[in-house]
Amino acid sequence: MKTKLLTALLLGTSILGTTGMALAEDVTLNIESWRGDDLTIWKDKLIPAFEAKNPGIKVVFAPSAPTEYDAALGAKLAAGSAGDLITCRPFDKSLELFKKGNLADISSLPGMENFSPVAKAAWQTDDGKTSFCVPMASVIHGFIYNKDAFDKLGIKVPQTRDEFFAALDKIKADGTYIPMAMGTKDLWEAATMGYQNIGPNYWKGEEGRLALIKGDQKLTDKDWVAPFEELAKWKPYLGDGFEAQTYPDSQNLFTLGRAAIYPAGSWEIALFNTQAQFKMGAFPPPVEKAGDTCYISDHTDIGMGLNAASKHPEEAKKFLEWVASPDFATIYANALPGFFSLNSTPVKMEDPLAQEFVSWRGKCKSTIRSTYQILSRGTPNLENETWVESANVINGTDTPEAAAKKLQEGLDGWYKPAK
Amino acid sequence: MATETMAAETRAKRSIRWHVGVFLAPAVLVYTAFMILPLFGTLQLSMFRNIEQSQVFVGFSNFRTLFGDPNWSVNFWNALRNNVWFFIIHMLVQNPIGILLAALLSSPRLRFTAFYRTAIFVPTILSFVIVGFAWKLILSPIWGVAPHLMDFVGLKSFFTPWLGKEQYALTALSLVSVWQFVGIPMMLIYAALLSIPDEVIEAAECDGVTGMAQFWKIKLPLILPSIGIISILTFVGNFNAFDLIYTAQGALAGPNYSTDILGTFLYRAFFGFQLQVGDPNMGAAIATIMFLIILAGVCVYLFLVQTRLRRYQF
Repeated sequence: MKTKLLTALLLGTSILGTTGMALAEDVTLNIESWRGDDLTIWKDKLIPAFEAKNPGIKVVFAPSAPTEYDAALGAKLAAGSAGDLITCRPFDKSLELFKKGNLADISSLPGMENFSPVAKAAWQTDDGKTSFCVPMASVIHGFIYNKDAFDKLGIKVPQTRDEFFAALDKIKADGTYIPMAMGTKDLWEAATMGYQNIGPNYWKGEEGRLALIKGDQKLTDKDWVAPFEELAKWKPYLGDGFEAQTYPDSQNLFTLGRAAIYPAGSWEIALFNTQAQFKMGAFPPPVEKAGDTCYISDHTDIGMGLNAASKHPEEAKKFLEWVASPDFATIYANALPGFFSLNSTPVKMEDPLAQEFVSWRGKCKSTIRSTYQILSRGTPNLENETWVESANVINGTDTPEAAAKKLQEGLDGWYKPAK
Repeated sequence: MATETMAAETRAKRSIRWHVGVFLAPAVLVYTAFMILPLFGTLQLSMFRNIEQSQVFVGFSNFRTLFGDPNWSVNFWNALRNNVWFFIIHMLVQNPIGILLAALLSSPRLRFTAFYRTAIFVPTILSFVIVGFAWKLILSPIWGVAPHLMDFVGLKSFFTPWLGKEQYALTALSLVSVWQFVGIPMMLIYAALLSIPDEVIEAAECDGVTGMAQFWKIKLPLILPSIGIISILTFVGNFNAFDLIYTAQGALAGPNYSTDILGTFLYRAFFGFQLQVGDPNMGAAIATIMFLIILAGVCVYLFLVQTRLRRYQF
């Protein structure tokens, strides 16, 4: 009801705003989304910017609640009342919509060449030939640190793993700060901020991820066990009782200045900026030797596609082209620091922490979380099992080898790579 | 005259007694619509499987997967084992404490009984979300009051992050649940104790049975049927439990599935979790097994226990 009212109001204002123009020629495009939080950004910044350049096309952003989005969208698509533009969740949920014929093929859309294959992978068929959503934003993993703490203890930003552990030792010996703010209670922290954060440096990003999907590599291979081995070494540097420390606990420990290093995802930036009273910096997951190629998890999170049943496909495509343009990227990335545009054109951002994160794209190779594409379709679910096993490894209840073995066995149970 | 009334009476007896049906109808209709139909719906769902976007009848194949495929059976047996432990803790801790509290409350010399009764019963009416969240905070090693309180009495060294340790988490949560629900056995037993007639007690006193002996020899046998009811309520409640584990530990029932009970296992299978897509058919199969377990438990109680319980008519 609220959304309807809002839509009506928005429609009303858009009509009022255009008095004098030929109303009959105006085409209105509706955007389906779960990002209700972004409503003001769309309304005040993004849509006016597009409408200014494309007279005759009106755009309405009509979000629904995140938990209802998938069900509501499915029902609307079935009834033929869904919006022209559809915000895409990554991987299987959108792929399913495409397979049902709800999303149009936009592989040849001008502007798609602005995106790297990794960026597009989340909204492609398994063979990578057909794209159905324009990638909008991703989140990058790394470590956020307390700059004041580092300065006080005279620690340089670590580049290599040895430096990283030396820094942790130094913080621990000093005793003022908890070296690293992370807990294993909520499980996903250990997997997402731990395993998927440091892992790409071991399995060489995309190379390892694709080899795993192809079946050329196994989770029991050295490169996939090594991140677990490093995680096991984190244990002594976590706070007291980390086994029962939840995700909000970790966030608070860091923003209250009680912990020095926070294994992070870039989505934390906006929150940390408002809460932390000290200077912050960030560094990418350390590599083995100085000068080694670094790999980062630059995980695709949100995209936009075209409803195959849209009545105004030409206008909607025009909008998608704009979404694929650097213009859109600049506005979007600045409005939402921590959600980075996937556009290959570098975007100028104001937030220093966000700038630091995105600068790694220039020197490191990007990949996405290894468990998201294809490998989490069956039972047991690889992503969920990785949560459990990563926590087990840090808690010391499973050895790295045992954890890797369990994951591979679970995967073998249902996944047969196409040879 | 007399024959006329006789005839009228027989006519009245033979005519269908509509009012019986009318009075039963609301309960029967509501119960059928909300309990019996969904039950059969679940049974039916568990016999199907989604193959290429359409539901196909597969007989007992889902159950074969559940028990035969180690990817499912390991989790299932783990959940069942945990659930049994959850039940045992309730039986060994909650119900004896409930009986003890009731015995204390029914003691005529105790003052402020109304206050104690209310205070002990209040957690029962709290939402699981509040209980789960509050205890998570109380036991939190970082901000919780538990470590501080234990520090006051010099027991700090005994504190561990219970909810995060595989060996303690389930027991800790069972005890939280006991804390929440101890009011129910207490109330039921309390009511049973109050209903024991004074004559019986007085007769016992005349025979020299007083104090503890009176409780064990006179009162306890008289409240056994209530204890039986409480046991079966605990059994049904525990094997249907889900909320507390979900609010305190999340759907993955960590650490390492050590707090996974049938309810959370069913939830993950039916609705899916995070990247795992829900599988309503396997979920329904698990729900069916849960139903059978509870049914078996209730049958054992009804046919083996309840028939042997002696009833005393006063």
